[in-house]
Amino acid sequence: MAVKSVIEAVREGMFEEMCRDPDVFLMGEDVGPRGGVFLASQGFYEEFGRDRIIDTPLAEASIVGIALGAAYKGMRPIAEIQFSDFIWPAANQLIGEAGRVCYGTNGALSVPLVVRVPYGGGIRGGLFHSQNVESYFFHTPGLKVVAPSTPYDAKGLLKSAIRDNNPVVFVEHKKTYRMVRGEVPEENYALPLGVADVKRPGSGVTVVSYGLMVHYCLEAAETLAGEGVDVEVVDLRTLKPLDVDTILESVRKTGRVLIVHEDNITGGVGAEVAARIATEAFDYLDAPIGRLCGPDVPTMPFASSLEEAYMPSTGSIARELRNLAAY
Amino acid sequence: MARASRAPSTEKAPPAKHHQLGLTDDEILGIYNKLVIIRAIEERIWALNRQGKVPIAASSQGHEAAQLGSLTAAQKDGGCFLFPYYRDVALKIAVGLEPEQVMRSFMGKVGDPYSGGRQFPFQGADLPHKIIQISNVVSAGVTQATGYALAGKLKHEETVVLSYFGEGGSSQGEVHEAMNFAGVHNLPIVYVCENNRYAISVPQNKQMAIGNLADRAESYGFPGVVVDGMDFFASVQATADAIVHARNHGPILLEMKVERFMPHTTDDDDRRYRPSSEVDVARQQDPVLTMADYLKVQGLLTDEQLDNMRNEAQVKVDEATDAAEAAPPPDASTIHDHLFAS
Repeated sequence: MAVKSVIEAVREGMFEEMCRDPDVFLMGEDVGPRGGVFLASQGFYEEFGRDRIIDTPLAEASIVGIALGAAYKGMRPIAEIQFSDFIWPAANQLIGEAGRVCYGTNGALSVPLVVRVPYGGGIRGGLFHSQNVESYFFHTPGLKVVAPSTPYDAKGLLKSAIRDNNPVVFVEHKKTYRMVRGEVPEENYALPLGVADVKRPGSGVTVVSYGLMVHYCLEAAETLAGEGVDVEVVDLRTLKPLDVDTILESVRKTGRVLIVHEDNITGGVGAEVAARIATEAFDYLDAPIGRLCGPDVPTMPFASSLEEAYMPSTGSIARELRNLAAY
Repeated sequence: MARASRAPSTEKAPPAKHHQLGLTDDEILGIYNKLVIIRAIEERIWALNRQGKVPIAASSQGHEAAQLGSLTAAQKDGGCFLFPYYRDVALKIAVGLEPEQVMRSFMGKVGDPYSGGRQFPFQGADLPHKIIQISNVVSAGVTQATGYALAGKLKHEETVVLSYFGEGGSSQGEVHEAMNFAGVHNLPIVYVCENNRYAISVPQNKQMAIGNLADRAESYGFPGVVVDGMDFFASVQATADAIVHARNHGPILLEMKVERFMPHTTDDDDRRYRPSSEVDVARQQDPVLTMADYLKVQGLLTDEQLDNMRNEAQVKVDEATDAAEAAPPPDASTIHDHLFAS
C-alpha cells in the first residue's frame, strides 16, 4: 500500500469522484490553474477543464449559495472555502439555507453539496487563519459534519460525502495536510459517514477526539502505555451524525473518559459528547468526565507563546489521562 | 374612468395588444379570470388573518400585472425555471395551484404544496410547477437561482432561470455577488426586480441613491431594462424579450416598476409611514380594473360576464376556504421527517 499525505488523499478522493460522476464539479478561490492554495486540486484544471473547475470571485456567500443552487438541479458541487475563517460570509447559505432545504420543502428537494473547509491551528495562522468552525455546523440540524484525521479516512470519507444527498461540511485540518502520512489503498473504497473509529484499543481510559488532536492523543497514549495505563483512542471522524454507540461502548469498557478538541471548550462538540455519556453511561463512570479543549478565547493567537498556550499538546493530554487513571 | 392614449377612432385600429404578443382571445380571458380569482383569494386571506385563521400573509396586490405578465412569457417559452420571492403570491397561484391548495398553504395544513405546513405560506418548493423559494431571508434565493442557471449551463440545457426579488432585497450584498458571477459566466438568467419603492416602511430614496435600479446592470456587463410593471402587456413583452436574450446572450435585469396596494404583510400598518392618498392614486392603475377595461374595449368581456366571473370566483374561494379549514394539520409525529434525504 502506498503511503500518502492527507492533502494527497483529499486530492485523490476528489479526482476519483470527478472521474466517476460528471455531475461533480469544484468551485472556489484559486482552485483553477493555481490548484488551490493548499494544492488540493493540483492538475484538475488541466484534466477536467474550466467548466468543472471554477475559479470564483473572492466572495464566499456566493460560492456556497451558487453551489447550493446548482445542487438543486442535481449537480454535486464541491465548494472550497479557502480558509475556514472565511466561511462566515457564507453562514446564511449554509446554516440558514442549505440545512433547511430538505426539511423546508417537505422532502421535495435534496442538497448533494460538499463544502470543503481547511481549518485549525498550530500553524501560526493567528485569529483569521486558524479557526475551528465545526461546532457551529455541528449545532445545525440538516447539515452533516465530517472531520477526518488520517489520509485513509480523509479519502474514504470525502468520497462518501460527495456521494451523499445531503449538505456535508467537510473540515480538513491544515496541519495534518502534510504532517500526517499514512497508507492509502490503491483500490477504490469509500467509508460510511457517521461511524467512529477506534484508532487504538485499550481498557484503562477512553480518549475521544477528532482531527489533528487524534494524533496527539495517540502519542499521549503511547506515553501512558509506558506507565502501565492502557488508553483507548476513539476518533469520531464524523461529528454529525455522531456515533454515540461507539463512544458509549468504549466508556462502558473503561469507565473513564477524556474528551480532547482544539475548538473552544464552551459549546464545543465535547460538550455534547459529555452530555450523552453522562446521560446514557452514568452508571459505568468511575471518574468525572474530563475535557481538554481550547480555552474560550477567539482562536489561537499569532505569537508562538500564545498559540502554544492555546493548543492542547501531547504533554497536556498525557497529564490529563494520568490524572483520570489515578482518580 | 378617464384614460389617455387610446388610438383616435379616425385612425385604423392597431392589432389588439394580446394578439401582438401571440395570446389568443381565450388565453387573455383565461389570464384575466385567474387574476379575478387571485384577487378574491388574497382578499379572503387577509380577512382570515383578522379572524385568526391565517397566521401571516404577504400580498401581491399591485404587483399582479408584473407577476402574471412575466409568468405568461415564461409559460409561453416553456423552458423556464422560477425562483420567486415572498411577494409573488399571484405568480405562485397562477402557475396552476387550486384555490384549496392555496388555502391549505396559508393555514399550514396537510396538502400545503410548498412545505407541508413547515414554512410560511408559499415558501419551499413547488417542483411540479418548476418553482423553488426556500427562504424568507431576502435575496438568498437570488444567489441560489444563479447557481441553478450555472447548473443548467453545465448540463448544456436550454433552461432560463427567472430570479425575482424586491428592490428592498436588492440591497443585500449577495445580489451584487450573484449578478457579478452571472456576468462573468454569461449565465442564462433573468433578474426580475419588482420595485414598489418600499422596503416595508423605508422608501426608495433611503435604500439607494439612484432612481432606476436597472442602471446597476451595466456594472455587471449586461443590460438593465425599466418596465412599467403595472402594464400586463408591457411585462409580457419585456420578459419574453429578456428570456430570449438570456438564452442567447446571458443575464439581463428587468426592473418592474410596481405599486404596493397593501401593507408589507398582515402584521404591518402602513398608515404609520405612508399617506393613504398615495395608495389611492396607485389603485387607479389596479390591473384588475385596467385589464377589464381593455377586455371590454376589445369586445371580449361584458359587465354581466365580469359580474359572473367575480361571483364564480367568490364561490370557488368559499369552497376552498371551507375545505382547507376542515383539512387536518400535519401530524405531530412527523416533526422529524425529511431532515435528511435518503
